[in-house]
Amino acid sequence: MSAEQETRAVRCLVAKVGLDGHDRGAHVIARAFRDAGFEVVYSGLHRAPEEIVQAAVQEDVDVLGISILSGAHNTLVPKVIEGLKEYDAFEDTLILVGGIIPDDDEDDLKELGVAEVFGPGTPMEETIEFIRNNLPERA
Amino acid sequence: MGRTDATALADGDAALVEDLLAGSHRALARVITRIENRAPGYRGIVAALHEHTGDADVIGITGAPGAGKSTLVDKLAAAYRDHGDTVGVVAVDPSSPYTGGAVLGDRIRMASNVGDMDVFFRSMSARGQLGGLSMATADAVKALDAFGKDVIIIETVGAGQNEVDVVRTADTVAVLVQPGSGDDVQTLKAGILEIGDVFVVNKADMDGAERTLAELEEMVHRREGPTKGLDGGHHGFEVPDHPDDGKEDPDDDETVWTPEVLRTVANTGEGVAELIETFDAHATHLRESGAIESTKRRRYAEEIRTLVRSDVGALATAEIERRGGIDALADSVRRRETDPYSLAAEIVEPIADCVDGDEA
Repeated sequence: MSAEQETRAVRCLVAKVGLDGHDRGAHVIARAFRDAGFEVVYSGLHRAPEEIVQAAVQEDVDVLGISILSGAHNTLVPKVIEGLKEYDAFEDTLILVGGIIPDDDEDDLKELGVAEVFGPGTPMEETIEFIRNNLPERA
Repeated sequence: MGRTDATALADGDAALVEDLLAGSHRALARVITRIENRAPGYRGIVAALHEHTGDADVIGITGAPGAGKSTLVDKLAAAYRDHGDTVGVVAVDPSSPYTGGAVLGDRIRMASNVGDMDVFFRSMSARGQLGGLSMATADAVKALDAFGKDVIIIETVGAGQNEVDVVRTADTVAVLVQPGSGDDVQTLKAGILEIGDVFVVNKADMDGAERTLAELEEMVHRREGPTKGLDGGHHGFEVPDHPDDGKEDPDDDETVWTPEVLRTVANTGEGVAELIETFDAHATHLRESGAIESTKRRRYAEEIRTLVRSDVGALATAEIERRGGIDALADSVRRRETDPYSLAAEIVEPIADCVDGDEA
């Protein structure tokens, strides 16, 4: 019987990786996502890449938003992506990076599998709209 | 009893169940998502998992916001891991009734189990309708149980019937209280007090801890009253004949569990070992007194009832739609063309006919 109503929600992990201790932006994003009707898991500060992988896999998030302001994105993001692949969770997770990312690096990150990079000043609606339009297909 | 169409396992789902049973974290995570979403086929998955469940100790932790539940759960998980047990955690947070959105913050406190995949932590929000949450939680616990977790912890804010229902799906329930929460202890009397097997005064290094401990002790040993003589208590506990004798009195009745009152400082891990000992003692008590069977029977009875009610309710909703929708029906009542009782009888009649027809 299929009378039961499906109650799907967009699940996001907002992640702070590495030593950068500035999470005001991550908080603002988390709230905006919540107000958009998403379920947001916030990682907390100073997380190691493997912690982010653990959280993304266990929480089975549709969207992984990584906030990095320290400039260590070229080291940290590949580690997260490798970890996701290890658990077979890379293909159907939408990976976003927020922070201060030079243009050259942005191309490299996208090459690796990051769907989009959002720099300072990106309107919140733009990010939310991007997520809605690019949600991974799931069984 | 066989599987019906509703619980038949789709091809892809059979592989998913197989992967879960084989220990794939991804499969476990995906199964819980399907359960949360009430996605097509999830019933088949849970039905297939059922025979693999029943081995885990399920512990419920509840308490007011800020009582330190998440921090304590983190320390408990680490301590269980030190014993060599694998751990599953389901942390339930409220969602906005307006947008459905939620910030699930319990994970932030899980600092002691970094990168340890043998602690499987899952945040859930209260989606959708009443009663659905406790079903989804219970099903998620089944998935973790079938996966092979030794201990499963359900964590939820202790406010309201929804949360009480959630935590009632656990074998052992711990209620967390903050020191100095005199009035909070008062409010515990209604509802929460009856479901606690263990009461924990967390942040016990704070002022007022001793007093809160004393108040809880007093309440625990005076909990005759609302549940006395009723079969509705959480674990069917009975009030001792001489409640004033307190703990010194050796329990001559094996079926009685007198709730323990403990102190912890979750931040430092103080008292966590004792708390686990008490959980183990309660689990042993449940097994040896046979109370575990009545607990499980009651829980499964509740599950069956909830499922049947929701399915029959869905049938009725469909019938209402066939008759033009609830608004049109309400308008006809407003115009005095009919009345609610007659309408309800008309709608239920075809369903009742089917049931009676089967018997004939």
